[in-house]
Amino acid sequence: MIPAGFEYHRPGDIASAIGILQEHGDEARVIAGGHSLIPMMKLRMAEMGHLVDLQAIDELKGIEVGSDTVTLGAMVTQHELITHDGLAAAIPLIREAALQIADPQVRYVGTVGGNVANGDPGNDMPGLMQCLNATFDLSGPDGNRSVAAREFYEAAYFTAREDEEILTRISIPVPGAGVGQAYEKQKRKIGDYATAAAAVMVGNGTASVAMTNLADTPVWSESASAALADGDVNGCVAAMLDAIEPVADNRGPVEFKKHVAGVMLRRAIDRAQNRAG
Amino acid sequence: MSKMHVKLTVNGKEVEGLAEPRTLLIHFLREDLKITGPHIGCETSHCGACTVDIDGKSVKSCTTFVAQVNGADITTVEGLTNDDGSLGVLQEMFREHHGLQCGFCTPGMITRAHRLLQENPNPTEEEIRFGMAGNLCRCTGYQNIVKAISASADMLNAQKEAAE
Repeated sequence: MIPAGFEYHRPGDIASAIGILQEHGDEARVIAGGHSLIPMMKLRMAEMGHLVDLQAIDELKGIEVGSDTVTLGAMVTQHELITHDGLAAAIPLIREAALQIADPQVRYVGTVGGNVANGDPGNDMPGLMQCLNATFDLSGPDGNRSVAAREFYEAAYFTAREDEEILTRISIPVPGAGVGQAYEKQKRKIGDYATAAAAVMVGNGTASVAMTNLADTPVWSESASAALADGDVNGCVAAMLDAIEPVADNRGPVEFKKHVAGVMLRRAIDRAQNRAG
Repeated sequence: MSKMHVKLTVNGKEVEGLAEPRTLLIHFLREDLKITGPHIGCETSHCGACTVDIDGKSVKSCTTFVAQVNGADITTVEGLTNDDGSLGVLQEMFREHHGLQCGFCTPGMITRAHRLLQENPNPTEEEIRFGMAGNLCRCTGYQNIVKAISASADMLNAQKEAAE
């Protein structure tokens, strides 16, 4: 399993990385931790003439915890998310979810930017970021722009990011005091993608509910969130089950996935409510 | 594709070589450097037999291009022996507690366990199992691997105390 050949680039800043993407167009792709991309390259399902490694770009690193906003550099690893105590105090949901991604080796190198930008419906961070109402910062040849996580996903592996853009940072509003959070994930075995996963925030008369791997994009439901904000758990679950569009695969038939989705969502709601102030 | 100059520190020694950027680290270690401790198991980043320590992180070397780790400090199972070449604590405890049968997963197990104990010198059984979740063994049923790591933690802590 040897990938096709490529030229390797390790630019030191965002502008240089974008320059390489512009120069080579479709022939170039960025690599972060590589644990989604390299397996695809080994299977020759992904081939590119130029691989642009983002690891040396300091602008893409670092976790900043402010009183209102948390920002995560795109190259922050899952391991860094898990071990950052300030982040866990501000938004405990992130550590809770990151611990359920893949396995320790993958978490050391897998990045939050790669996880949200890849557009893989199986990834956990996109649904989580929709629940948290995060914003993604993109830099490209025409400058910088921001896209809400809830507007970012178009279809499996298709996002609002243009080919020559790089997702640089993620901004997340810090949930108010008294807002309970929970992430529940059902998987066939440790390290697997979700059969169904639910991210829930509830408290202070507000709620936000998103689910993972039950459609070709993450599913944040406004009506499910509104129902939960009103304390209507059954209404929330019904609205979410209406919003998801699971397909049968080796994780089970549609009926099973809908059943598991309901169970995960109820468990996450229950725990989030218990944690709410 | 032209080859690139690769410079690594492996088990404390500086090594250099030429490699195509697409060369996977596991192949560079085994075929160029003849360091055959890390094994190629599934080759799909599931089994962990290829795990090596890169700059203080456990990483699957089958899912890493050598180009990405150019300049890095790498430790393989060969680097975890004592200075006199005798078995290191983890290696000795895996032997003592029968933490292996066929031994194919063992280099990855021990290299991963090394980093786990660096980060958490007193792990519970649950923490060991969670921390070793990226390494598969098809012989032991894991029980003796957990015992070996737990015994290693005790022995390493005792050695540390004795040294103080």
